[in-house]
Amino acid sequence: MRTRASDHSVLAEGLRKSYGEKRALDGFDLAVPRGTVYGLLGPNGAGKTTAVRILSTLARLDEGRAWVGGRDVRREPRAVRRRIGLTGQNAAVDEIITARQNLEMFGRLFHLGTARARRRAEELLDWFSLAEVADKQPKGFSGGMRRRLDLAASMILAPEVLFLDEPTTGLDPRGRSEVWQAVRDLAADGTTVLLTTHYLDEADRLSDRLAVIDRGRNVTEDTPSGLKRAIGGDRIEVVAGAAEDIPEIVRAVARVAAEGGEPETDIEELRVHAPVDDRVAALTEAARSLRDAGVAVADIGLRRPTLDEVFLALTGHLAADPADSADPADPATADEAARPAGALDTADEEPGQAGPRSEASV
Amino acid sequence: MSVDEITAGGPSGGTAASDPDGPERRIYWAVADCWTIVRRDLTHLVKQPSLIAWQLGFPIVSVLLFVYVFGSAMDVGGGVDYTTYAMPGMFAMTMAFGFMNTAGAVVIDKERGVTDRFRSMPMAPSAVVTGRGVSDVLHAALDLLVLAVIALVVGWRSDGGALATLYAFALLLLLRFALIWVGVWIGLLAPNQESANNLFAVAFPFGMVSSVFTPPSAMPDWLGAVAMWNPVSSTATAVRELFEAGAPVGDSWIEQHAELMAVVWPLVITAVFLPLAVRKFGNLAR
Repeated sequence: MRTRASDHSVLAEGLRKSYGEKRALDGFDLAVPRGTVYGLLGPNGAGKTTAVRILSTLARLDEGRAWVGGRDVRREPRAVRRRIGLTGQNAAVDEIITARQNLEMFGRLFHLGTARARRRAEELLDWFSLAEVADKQPKGFSGGMRRRLDLAASMILAPEVLFLDEPTTGLDPRGRSEVWQAVRDLAADGTTVLLTTHYLDEADRLSDRLAVIDRGRNVTEDTPSGLKRAIGGDRIEVVAGAAEDIPEIVRAVARVAAEGGEPETDIEELRVHAPVDDRVAALTEAARSLRDAGVAVADIGLRRPTLDEVFLALTGHLAADPADSADPADPATADEAARPAGALDTADEEPGQAGPRSEASV
Repeated sequence: MSVDEITAGGPSGGTAASDPDGPERRIYWAVADCWTIVRRDLTHLVKQPSLIAWQLGFPIVSVLLFVYVFGSAMDVGGGVDYTTYAMPGMFAMTMAFGFMNTAGAVVIDKERGVTDRFRSMPMAPSAVVTGRGVSDVLHAALDLLVLAVIALVVGWRSDGGALATLYAFALLLLLRFALIWVGVWIGLLAPNQESANNLFAVAFPFGMVSSVFTPPSAMPDWLGAVAMWNPVSSTATAVRELFEAGAPVGDSWIEQHAELMAVVWPLVITAVFLPLAVRKFGNLAR
């Protein structure tokens, strides 16, 4: 085990964690190769945050074993803490003291000593482009700036593993791209990053490999492109102006569809769609043949699969299917209702919001 | 390997810091980390001096109201000037309400994820709590200093000796110290800042149903009994005696032993709430 632990910055086997009746992690495995950006993708309540909390020593695991930076999270939590950086769902910085004072404080708490803490703060302010606001209070920062300060605080000890728990949730598009750039820079610099997200495009853009998690269990593990192939990838979608044009549209779409991909038709919405390989070529080709055929379309475009579709494709159920959870006969649904009061403190998103367990759909 | 190496290169340059220190280094870091947290809280005061003004707003307004508005109508018996009676009570009340500041600071750190960041770092875990305690006592000492100056301005004097007066202030800080653990516990229990703010509804009667502004003997019997056994009363009464205010003291056992109880109550509160707070802190890892 220790040999595998040394090839992987994060290694977890059979993690189980319950909050009362609710199983947040139910035999979850994870292997993050050194030096990669690894995405953990799943809907709210899938167990992503619980996994990060356990791996970053914030929560105790009930069963299973986990190593981070080669150290056992249960037996050597302090050694693990020296090897990790954590950016949780909130930008965990002090709002009142300045950005520089924040980094110096965290530096001292990482036991750098005052002079080194000061120097490290300076380096990180530069690296994360915060030098201009170094002496301002974070309470006036934009979401993206706050996140970058948060990331800087996570990088004080140059951690072997950086945990990013939904780093762009709640950010505007600009803040999101700022954070993405920062993460890419860190990855290029050699840091292993474990990133949780419920945005498919975020996982796609940032990660080298992806694990999909649902209801505390592994669903699949692949590269982003492998995953997209598995679930059909991008689709071309044409909305007809009139129902009688649909056969012509189906022919045009079929010509550009990826190998083995059949056009699907949604008669009610007059929608025809199919998976494509070469996105732009498929789009121009389909548009040209429709124009040549004299077919007027209401809309034509490319669409990436949504997270819901990924889940539908991978697990056979939607990320949060209201019809499922309304089923009173499902014993697991009753479990969901019995959310333990004590779990409030530790795992805001985990219990209660998870999709229901339905034997028929798994 | 020294920590020097980690600052070489970019943010990911170098390697992680060296592994755990011996027991004596642990004690050193527990103290050093505590001091780092205290410095952070003191910086808050420097950054927002208005914080003190806000926190002292209520006692200061109370001082002015009770001395200048109600004072002339108040008769606490024994021909004692009301300012002499009310000031020690005001000091005790300020200490008693202080636990809300603690709870507020704890809940903000918890909500923003700062507590989790601390917990994910290789710092001494105890420093999160001890740092809070030390900075709250320092903060309370500053509060008392400001209040005492205002009290002197409106004509209050201590007739006790210098030592007795210092001991009185020490008893006030002891009450505040004991209530830190109540504040930490409540702060960890409260789901959010709003609910922590609502604590004032509970704290207000806790501060008022006491000998702070009026002698319990002047209250209805049942309320007077509650007021007498209120820990704030014991501290207020003890402090009055140490200041030699000359205010008449009821003849119940609890009132006659105020100086003893001003030590016993805080110890009892600490004995109950310190373990509760520590356990609640440990439960964050659930």
